[in-house]
Amino acid sequence: MADPIVIIDYDAGNLRSVQRACAEVGARALISNDPARVRAASRIIFPGVGAAGSAMASLRRNGLADALRSAVDDGKPVLGICLGLQISLRHSEESDTETLGLIPGETHRFRLDRPELKIPHMGWNEVRPVRPHPLLDGIEPGDEFYFVHAYYPAPEDQACVYARTTYEDDFAAAVGRGNYFGVQFHPEKSGRVGLRLLDRFTRWDGQC
Amino acid sequence: MLSKRLIACLDVRDGKLAKSVRFVNTKDIGDPVEKAREYYADGLDELVFYDITASSDKRAIMLDVVEAVAKEVFIPLSVGGGVRSVADATDLRLAGAEKINVNSAAVARPALVSECAEAIGSQNVVLSMDIRQVPHSSNCPSGYEIVINGGRTPMGIDGLAWALQGEQLGAGELVVNAIDADGTRDGYELKLTAMIAEAVRIPVIASGGAGKPEHLKQALTTGRADAALVASMVHYGEYRVSELKRWLHGEGVKMRMSW
Repeated sequence: MADPIVIIDYDAGNLRSVQRACAEVGARALISNDPARVRAASRIIFPGVGAAGSAMASLRRNGLADALRSAVDDGKPVLGICLGLQISLRHSEESDTETLGLIPGETHRFRLDRPELKIPHMGWNEVRPVRPHPLLDGIEPGDEFYFVHAYYPAPEDQACVYARTTYEDDFAAAVGRGNYFGVQFHPEKSGRVGLRLLDRFTRWDGQC
Repeated sequence: MLSKRLIACLDVRDGKLAKSVRFVNTKDIGDPVEKAREYYADGLDELVFYDITASSDKRAIMLDVVEAVAKEVFIPLSVGGGVRSVADATDLRLAGAEKINVNSAAVARPALVSECAEAIGSQNVVLSMDIRQVPHSSNCPSGYEIVINGGRTPMGIDGLAWALQGEQLGAGELVVNAIDADGTRDGYELKLTAMIAEAVRIPVIASGGAGKPEHLKQALTTGRADAALVASMVHYGEYRVSELKRWLHGEGVKMRMSW
């Protein structure tokens, strides 16, 4: 049996829905907060909901920040989800937090002019690929994914932006570099299109 | 742009589906897991389970239902009914619920909302409010009053004030359930829904009174709701989830149309 996928557990939300979605696409995934397990993983899912500040504190305290960084350096496929993507950037406006810096850029809070638009951005919205990526293969115009977030990722290098979504303005819904790929939406809660993305991740070689 | 959501609510008693008309004379209508699977395949955007089990020793059955549904339904799953503590919320979350609905227990003890928000994140805490129309008074200046116990107990609390307090306490979303309309199938309480939706900055779910597709359109346009909750319209096969979404889409309401 192949090495399991490790879902990094750092007190940032309920991770079992990600694990269940992996099981649905036939992949064994282990939830762990052990840096040794993260280092030994064949591939890593870095999920998370909650606040950037406490999430970073927890990652550093447990030695998971370094383990994650070395996994990325080793070329292992890594999938960031929601807060997992946001704290992969360099800095978050949320509690003015220094984050992992795997991707140059910052996380900002939505500032919306239209009063009828609610914060958080919660619900289903279209994800439009702007450049090809193996994990986004098969996404059709009009395909929607489930989002819940008040902050959004803003990578410095537009070449890192793989898909966009509109909420008043456009923001980066998928961000990648090399073997790292992050999505602002929740593939584990996005029905068939979300499961397909996870399925592709379980078989992705980290090349794009 | 963000789509409006169609949410189906399944009342569950002792692990079986029930549908209430004005909360009395409920009758069982089948297996919740099977119904959830059917709606998921038919394009439902979000699912709510409401536990109306009376006896506390049977409440654990709900956790089994949630667990079974979470294994095969990959859309947001919201669970409520009898949530009194962070421990209740956490148990349901571990079983697979994404969002937790709090209602009567939060009216009795508003700190429950902030405690849940702290423990599981604001975005996962849904404050569900049962509201009825009353004459304007100093207690209820909005002309709407909070009721609990399935509509039987008036609380003398203003509906709009409670919505604003709920947002302040950290609720991530509000369900506006109009008790007067619930089960009537005569349409949502649009004035009430719009009043609350305009007053808060968090999403509002219209609930109570849906009988025709036109009612959903009203809730999502003039009612200013972000989502419309349906029950009996779809539970007895009168309308299909996909059919409602297609109709709304045709009427110009932004809906998720591929699944």
